[in-house]
Amino acid sequence: MPFLLLALVKAGVLMALLLLTLLYIQWVERKVIARIQRRWGPHRVGPHGLLQPLADTLKLLTKEDLVPPHAHKFLFLLAPFLAVSLALLSIAVIPFGEEIEVFGQRTPLQLTDLNIGPLFILAVTSLGVYGITLGGWASNNKYSLFGALRSAAQMISYELSLSLGVVGALLLSGSLSLREIVDAQAGFSFGFLPRWNVFQGPWPQWAGFLVYLTAAFAETNRAPFDLPEAETELVAGFHTEYSSMKFAMFFMAEYANMITVACLATVLFLGGWHPPLPESWGVQFAPALAGAAVAALLWYHSSGAAPGKQRWSMQAGAAAAALGGAAFLWPGTRAVFSPLFWFAAKSGFLLFFYIWVRATLPRFRYDQLMNFGWKVLFPAGMANALATGLMVALFG
Amino acid sequence: MDAVLFWTFALIAVACAVNLIWQRHPIASAISLIGVMGSLAVLYLLLGAEFIAAVQVIIYAGAIMVLFVFVIMLLNAGREERTPGSRLARYLGLPLLATLVIQMGYLVARPTRLSERVELGSFATSTKQIGRELFGRYLLPFEVTSILILAAIVGAVALARRQDPAEGAGEPGEKESA
Repeated sequence: MPFLLLALVKAGVLMALLLLTLLYIQWVERKVIARIQRRWGPHRVGPHGLLQPLADTLKLLTKEDLVPPHAHKFLFLLAPFLAVSLALLSIAVIPFGEEIEVFGQRTPLQLTDLNIGPLFILAVTSLGVYGITLGGWASNNKYSLFGALRSAAQMISYELSLSLGVVGALLLSGSLSLREIVDAQAGFSFGFLPRWNVFQGPWPQWAGFLVYLTAAFAETNRAPFDLPEAETELVAGFHTEYSSMKFAMFFMAEYANMITVACLATVLFLGGWHPPLPESWGVQFAPALAGAAVAALLWYHSSGAAPGKQRWSMQAGAAAAALGGAAFLWPGTRAVFSPLFWFAAKSGFLLFFYIWVRATLPRFRYDQLMNFGWKVLFPAGMANALATGLMVALFG
Repeated sequence: MDAVLFWTFALIAVACAVNLIWQRHPIASAISLIGVMGSLAVLYLLLGAEFIAAVQVIIYAGAIMVLFVFVIMLLNAGREERTPGSRLARYLGLPLLATLVIQMGYLVARPTRLSERVELGSFATSTKQIGRELFGRYLLPFEVTSILILAAIVGAVALARRQDPAEGAGEPGEKESA
């Protein structure tokens, strides 16, 4: 019985954290893109616009829920559920940290460790296309249909490159369990270079990492590969006819997929929760230093801000960052939270990279997308997989 | 627990298969087929064949059926019309069905020797074992199959590129890539 209870608690905590991240990653995205374009971004609702996601959720909940006439009603309703449930499902196999002890029970920071973790994620992602495709088709709208067709073609094409990118990392680690893959990347070569799959011999996976990352942009329909919802050509693509919560579900699915591919990249290529430098270099104090740096930065900016809401909230943020950083000085907290810190830092950087690229690159043309996928990315992934296989067979 | 799951998903698979033929809209039929593939994957999982289950979902449900759906959407195929059916089906259908049911009934009712029954864990299920079997004992069939698939791809491309001479010179730049 404790097992069932523990699993339920873990699922609940993970779901709550995931939904909170989903809520706030949109705020981060809007803020970052605004700063890149020299705007303010959301800043009216709450201090620094921090309550904007809640306001958006309320707005979407209270909007009228339209089903267009002549739509295929069953599929029209099914599609967003399919998209969001499949997107949330794959987080279950991601390992976030080492085993910890909660109330006398030892448990890994992972919902379930499958023997086929990466395959499970690939299978769930490959089903995710149905949410978009069926939703676009069932809307009975030519723009939606074009979005649906594009997404089906695009996801089939880029899925191959995505899998080929994963293959290299699997060959190096010699396992299909995500936990074992992370464990295989522990330690350092030459005393300082982490044995992550991007650096690890006999064939470092930086090419596989790039292939994976690029294909992941297309799999999650993110710019510059967001052809299924290209607003200059297709109004809004597959979700043109969707409103209210059903629209929000497609939105959530996109961000949940982003989080999954970022976490998977961290696990497969960036060594999961292992720190980037050995302990002899003082890396165990990095989380505390990061907290102190954030606190100092916020405090500095608060002194320049006008008195009132903004100054008060920045000082509160600075205090919270300082406290969080100080907590990492105590070895007990460090042992539990340091792995989580490094995992969050790596995945967070990848998520930031997604946002950064969206604000920087223009959208591909459709024929360029297909040519790039089949004539550049696929051969590159194939060559990398073959080279990795050869090197592992010779020197592994 | 195993039996409950088996019967649930076996029934779903059969129901989806019947629905596949029953439905008149191609998209609905395609979705039923996805349901069949999905429940088959669960049945593989129940047998402990995780790799086969994952591959079943990735390849059949996630790739081949997406292409089916893609083509149906691209052609914008509408509802099928019910035809009265061919004479062959009318006269031979029932006897053939009866034969099939009798054969299956015989197979199920026949006293099985224990050695013939598939038992959980009695065959290669882990990814490593499957890889070894595939690239060791069954290497030749495996390679022959891949050549067959390659031939099919080349044939499909050749058919798709064949031009009707009445239509003229074809697309620009075709010569150097052909």
